[in-house]
Amino acid sequence: MEYEAVIGLETHVQLKTQSKMWCGCANAFGAPPNTNVCPVCLGLPGVLPVANDEALRLTVLGGLLLNCRIPSFAKFDRKNYFYPDVSKNYQITQYDRPSTTEGHLDFEFEGAIRRVRITRAHLEEDVGKSFHFERTSGIDFNRAGVPLLEIVSEPDLASADMAYAYLNALKDVLVYGGVSDCDMEKGMVRCDVNVSVRPRGAADLGAKIEIKNMNSFSGVRRALAYEIPRQIAVLERGGMLVQSTRRWDDAAGITEEMRTKEDAHDYRYFPDPDLMAFEPTESWLDEVRGRVVELPLARKQRFMRDYQLPAADAQTFVDDVALGAYFEGVAGQTRNPKAIANWVINNLRAHLAESQTTLADLRFRPAHLIELVELIDSGRISSRIAQDVFAEFFATGESPAAIVQRKGLSQVSDAGALEALCDEAIAANPGPVADYRAGKSAALNFIKGQVMRLSKGKANPAMAGEILERKLGGNRSGTRA
Amino acid sequence: MPNRLTVCELSRLLSRRELSSREATQACLDAIRQRDPVVRAFLHVDEAGALAQADAADAARRRGRSAETHPLLGIPVAIKDVIAVRNQPLTCGSRILARYIAPYDATVTEALRRAGAIFLGRLNLDEFAMGSSTENSAFGPTRNPWDTTRIPGGSSGGSAAAVAADECSAALGSDTGGSVRLPAAFCGVVGLKPTYGRVSRFGLVAYASSLDQIGLLTKTVRDAALLLETVAGHDPLDSTSVAQPVPPYAAGLDQSVAGLRVGLPREYFVEGGLDAEVRHSIDRAIAQLESLGVEPVEVSLPHTRYALGTFCLIAPAEASANLARFDGVRYGLRVEGADPIEMYARTRGAGFGPEVKRRIILGTHALSSGYYDAYYLRAQKVRTLIRQDFLDTFKQVDAILTPTAPTPPFKLGEKLADPLQMYLSDVFTISCNLAGICGLSLPCGFTTSPKLPIGMQLLGPPFGEEILLRLGYAFEQSTDWHRHRPPL
Ligand SMILES: [Zn+2]
Repeated sequence: MEYEAVIGLETHVQLKTQSKMWCGCANAFGAPPNTNVCPVCLGLPGVLPVANDEALRLTVLGGLLLNCRIPSFAKFDRKNYFYPDVSKNYQITQYDRPSTTEGHLDFEFEGAIRRVRITRAHLEEDVGKSFHFERTSGIDFNRAGVPLLEIVSEPDLASADMAYAYLNALKDVLVYGGVSDCDMEKGMVRCDVNVSVRPRGAADLGAKIEIKNMNSFSGVRRALAYEIPRQIAVLERGGMLVQSTRRWDDAAGITEEMRTKEDAHDYRYFPDPDLMAFEPTESWLDEVRGRVVELPLARKQRFMRDYQLPAADAQTFVDDVALGAYFEGVAGQTRNPKAIANWVINNLRAHLAESQTTLADLRFRPAHLIELVELIDSGRISSRIAQDVFAEFFATGESPAAIVQRKGLSQVSDAGALEALCDEAIAANPGPVADYRAGKSAALNFIKGQVMRLSKGKANPAMAGEILERKLGGNRSGTRA
Repeated sequence: MPNRLTVCELSRLLSRRELSSREATQACLDAIRQRDPVVRAFLHVDEAGALAQADAADAARRRGRSAETHPLLGIPVAIKDVIAVRNQPLTCGSRILARYIAPYDATVTEALRRAGAIFLGRLNLDEFAMGSSTENSAFGPTRNPWDTTRIPGGSSGGSAAAVAADECSAALGSDTGGSVRLPAAFCGVVGLKPTYGRVSRFGLVAYASSLDQIGLLTKTVRDAALLLETVAGHDPLDSTSVAQPVPPYAAGLDQSVAGLRVGLPREYFVEGGLDAEVRHSIDRAIAQLESLGVEPVEVSLPHTRYALGTFCLIAPAEASANLARFDGVRYGLRVEGADPIEMYARTRGAGFGPEVKRRIILGTHALSSGYYDAYYLRAQKVRTLIRQDFLDTFKQVDAILTPTAPTPPFKLGEKLADPLQMYLSDVFTISCNLAGICGLSLPCGFTTSPKLPIGMQLLGPPFGEEILLRLGYAFEQSTDWHRHRPPL
C-alpha cells in the first residue's frame, strides 16, 4: 500500500519590538543572564502586565501579510503549567479568540505555486531559558515576556521538503514585513511539527504525532524525513500509532517518544483578568494596514512580468530588498531593464562588496547607469570597455559619456580603421590563421582577440569578426557552412 | 493623644504646628507598643523608618511644604501586608513569603508617599487575603479591639483593628469579597471599597484579579474621602484601571442628601439569616437617613442568592493561577526536592495554609477540562446577571443600603472548623465585587452586651463613590457611632 504524509506546523517567531510584551525591559538577544528583567517579567508578587502596543500591531501586520482575517474582538488567556522557566507558572497567550485567523501563504515548491492555509496567527509571551550545570540548574529570564507570534498552519503539507519550503517562505514574509528578524541563530524561530500518515487518498487522518521544540528549518526537514518513514514502517508491520509527543534528537538523527495523549497536560485556559479584551479601532487597523508590504512571491512575479527578468534575477531582487528597490528606481526610466538588471546584479553588487560600501554611499546617479547601457546599445562602446567605464564612474561619479570622451574609448566602428587592424593581426599570427583555414573555427576568436588588443578594446567586435571572416575566406570545413 | 485623631484633625494640628509629625508618629508607635501585644494588628513595625520619615516631614514643613501640595504630610498610616512597600516585608500573611522583602512600591504606596504619608508598618491579614476573620494568617490572628476574644473580621482585620485601636490614623486594605467592609463593620470604623478600576492594583498581591480592589480603613467618612482622592486614578501600570477623572471627594461631602433615594434590597433583609440587633440598628439607621430627607425605596436584586456560589468559583479559579508563581524557584520559601515537581509540592505544601490550599484546589478543579463550562464559564454568566441587577436598580435609586454583615463579630475559633459558615459572613458584601461597583461600610450602632460594633453598607453605581461618601458623611454627622472607642 502506498502512504502519504499529512503535516501541519506551529511556528513561533519573536516579534521585532524594542521592549518586551508586558514590561519595559529590552527585547534583546545576548545580554548577560537576568539583566533584561524587572518585577513584571520575573513574576514577582503584585505585578501586572500591560500590553505592548507595537507587539499588537506586529501581530495584526503578520496576520495581514498571511492573508488572515482580523476579528474585531480578541483576548488574552492564561495557559497554566508549572515549569521553572515560566515565571508566573502560567503563560499569557490567546486561546479561543486570537488576533488573526483564517489566512493562507502561497509559495513556490517544485516549480509550482502551492498554498498552505493558516489557521491562526496569535500573540503570546516567550518563557525563560533553563541551563543545566553539573549539579544545579539556572534560568535566564531575559527571554521571558518577549512577544511571540505563533503561526498555526492547517495540515496542508505533504512532505519534508514541502515543509521546509513553507518555513522558508514564511520566514521571508515575516522578515520582509518587518514582523520578525527570524534569526535562528538567536533562537527567534521555533517550530512544533504535527505529522501523521495514512493510506494515499484516505479520508481520515492518522494518529497525530507532534515533534516539539524544533529550532531550525533543516532540523524540521530532517526530523520529518526520519519520522514519516518511521510511521509508515510501523503501519506496514501491522502496528498501531497513537497520538503522542516526540522529541527530535538532532545528534542521533532520530525522534523519540516524550509522552502519549493519556498524560497530556490540562492547561486550564481561562481569560486573563489582568488584561482587557483587544478590540482594534478602524483607525488603528488603518495604521497597521499602511505597513503592509509586497510579499516576496508577489514581488518576484511582478519583476518577472514588468521587467521581463529571468526568474533568477527576480529572485535576487527579492532576496536583496534594497538592491531590488534600487533596480526599480533605475529600470523605470529605461527601455532596457534587462540590461540594467545585469549591471546591477553583476557589477554593482560586486563593486559594493569589494569596496565595502552600500547603496547609500553611491557616488554616481541612476542616470549614469542608463547612459552606460545606451552607450552599449548604440554601439558607441563595447561591453568590454563598458566594464572599465562602470568601474570609473563607480569610483568617481563622473558621467559615462564624459569618461568615454575624455579617455577616447569610443568603439572603433570605422571600416577602414578596422580593416587595417585586422590586416595587422593576420600578419602577426600566421599560426592561428593557418589553423583557422584548416578548419579550426575557434582560432578566429583568438585572432579577433588580437584585433581587440591592438585597438585597446575599442574595436567593434562584431564588425571585426565579419572583416576577419571575409579576409580569411571563410571557414571551409568548419561548423559555419 | 494624637493617635486618636482623625487624619483631618491631625492634618489641621500639623499645619498649625501645634503638633509635629514626630509626636503624632511616636504616639502611634506608643499605642502599638502598648496595645498591639494583645490586638496583634501589626506583623511588622518599622519604628526607626517611621520616625525618620516623620522627621523628614517636619523638616519639609519647616521649609514651607504644606498640606496644599502634600495632603497627607506627616500623617502616620499603615498598610495591609499584601500591598508592596519598597524595602519592607511583603508576607501576605503566609509562610511562603515569610522572609520576602518587596523590591518596589505599589502604585498606591507611591501615591501615599508622594502625598507625604508616614508608613508605620505592615498589617495582619488572612493569608493572601483569603478569609473573613484574619484567623488564616500564618502569623496568628488579630483580635477585635472591642472584645479581644473575638475576631476583627477579615481579611483586612489588621487594618481595621489598627485604626479602631488608634494605632494609626488610617490604613490601606484590600477587598475581594468584603475584606475591607466586613472588618470595618466588626471593628467600628469606616471601610471603603472603591469601584473596580478606580484605584490601581499594581503592587497588590493578587488573590482574585477581577474582584480585588484596594480599599481604605479610616475613622471617619471625611478621612476616607481624603485618602481616596490621594490613591484613585488611572495607572498606566494597571490595564484594568480606568481613566475616569478623580472628583474632589472631600469638597463634595457637605452637599445635602435630601431627595436622594436609597434602595433596600428585599433579598438582604430576609428573616432568619439576619441577627436581630443588627436588624434593629439598620432599621434605626434607615429612619435616621429618612429624617435627613433621604427616601428609602424597596428594591430587588433577584440574583443575590447566586452571589456566594458564583464568588466561590470565580475567586478560587483566579487564585489558582495567581498563586502559582509561589513555587520556590525565584523567591520566597523553598523546600528542596529531587526534581522541580517535588520541590513545588514540598514548597507549596509547607508554605501555604489550609484555606489557601482549599481555594487553590477548588479553583484548579473549576478550571479543569470538562468542568470549565459548567463551573467557571457559568459563574461568569451569572456574574453578568448580578451586575445587571445592580445597574438596573441604580436607574431607580442613588445608592443601596444593607447591613455589612449578618451578625456581630464572632468568637475566635467559632467558625474556623466550618468554612461554609465563614464564607457566609461575606454574604452581603460579595455581590459588590462581582458587580464591580463601590461600597462603603460605616458604624451604625452597637450590640448591648457585650458592646460590639454594627456596620451598615452603602453600595453605589460604578464610579459613584461621591454619592456614597456624601450619604455616609451626612449620616455620620447626625450620629455619634464613630466617636465610640474600644475599651482597651
Ligand atoms: Zn521586565
